[in-house]
Amino acid sequence: MVRLITHNLLACHVRGCNSNNFPLQFQDVQIGLREAEFNPDFLRGFLPKIEWNALVGAARQLGDTSLPEEQPSMLDDDFLKTLHHVLLEIHVEEGAMVCPNCKHVYPISNGIPNMLLAEHEIG
Amino acid sequence: MIPTPDLSHLTRKDYEHVYEPAEDTFILLDALEQDAEYLRSVRPKICLEIGSGSGCVSSFLGTVLGGTCSLYLCTDINPHATQCTVRTGKQNKVELNAVLASFADPLNARLRGSVDVLLFNPPYVPTIGEEATEAQSSADIQGAWAGGEDGMQVTNRLLDMVESLLSSNGCFYLVAVKQNNVPGIQAKMLQEYGLHSEVVLHRRAGGEHLFVIKIFRGSSDQ
Repeated sequence: MVRLITHNLLACHVRGCNSNNFPLQFQDVQIGLREAEFNPDFLRGFLPKIEWNALVGAARQLGDTSLPEEQPSMLDDDFLKTLHHVLLEIHVEEGAMVCPNCKHVYPISNGIPNMLLAEHEIG
Repeated sequence: MIPTPDLSHLTRKDYEHVYEPAEDTFILLDALEQDAEYLRSVRPKICLEIGSGSGCVSSFLGTVLGGTCSLYLCTDINPHATQCTVRTGKQNKVELNAVLASFADPLNARLRGSVDVLLFNPPYVPTIGEEATEAQSSADIQGAWAGGEDGMQVTNRLLDMVESLLSSNGCFYLVAVKQNNVPGIQAKMLQEYGLHSEVVLHRRAGGEHLFVIKIFRGSSDQ
């Protein structure tokens, strides 16, 4: 499933596309919401790996504006619950992700992103 | 005793396109179970399996570590396999995040130095090189076993990415057979990348002599 936690780790890898190739932009998406078990320890540990601006931008593209512009320094439960929802409970089921640089389109079908490239596009 | 993942949702039809768990899968599960305490102590945040196939191994790892304690990323070049991976995760209450991709290609940039547990049960069967190349581009079940010369054609490509992916206390579990030249793999990882390794499990099963090699940074305390 393409959740925002996964989206935050995917970059365009077309040959020669090395800058401004992250984050991928969502296009024509269908989303589903599914409850997940809250694990604050995991969220605290994972937070340093997140590109905050990319996450906020991606959430807004999906219509979720609950995250603050700046990553808060206080990780209270309210914030962690908001983060939990945005990272782990929003599922992009169909649509595509587009590279902001080279405009390569990566389709999403049945919740699975197709990140394969044709032979001539491989870096 | 950690139970083998429930695969009852997978059918003959699935196994026409996706590798059915066999002895090489089970030796990897046994190695993970043997290391369960160590794996939990690392408190992994990102686990990545390359070529996840049925999803059996990542589901098992999720059961060992706890489904909500880590992110489980699974890549495969076979679309049937990515679907099976997600279904097997669901069946075993572990959210497996399947990505249709070759190796970690779309993840490499963001996962540099971040993977705590890396898993690969590669196509290790020695075949002629062309057969392995064709099997990989067909992205179907043949790609799960045809390994080219020495059975190392696909594994060698991943070995060159491991150092950049592993976190400071990360480790990589690799399945191999004797013909892959296990001491050669270990020497390569040490000489070219400074990565240490040990054989954590080996056994004969059917006609194969199977190994699980654990590859990691640092010295001996792991």
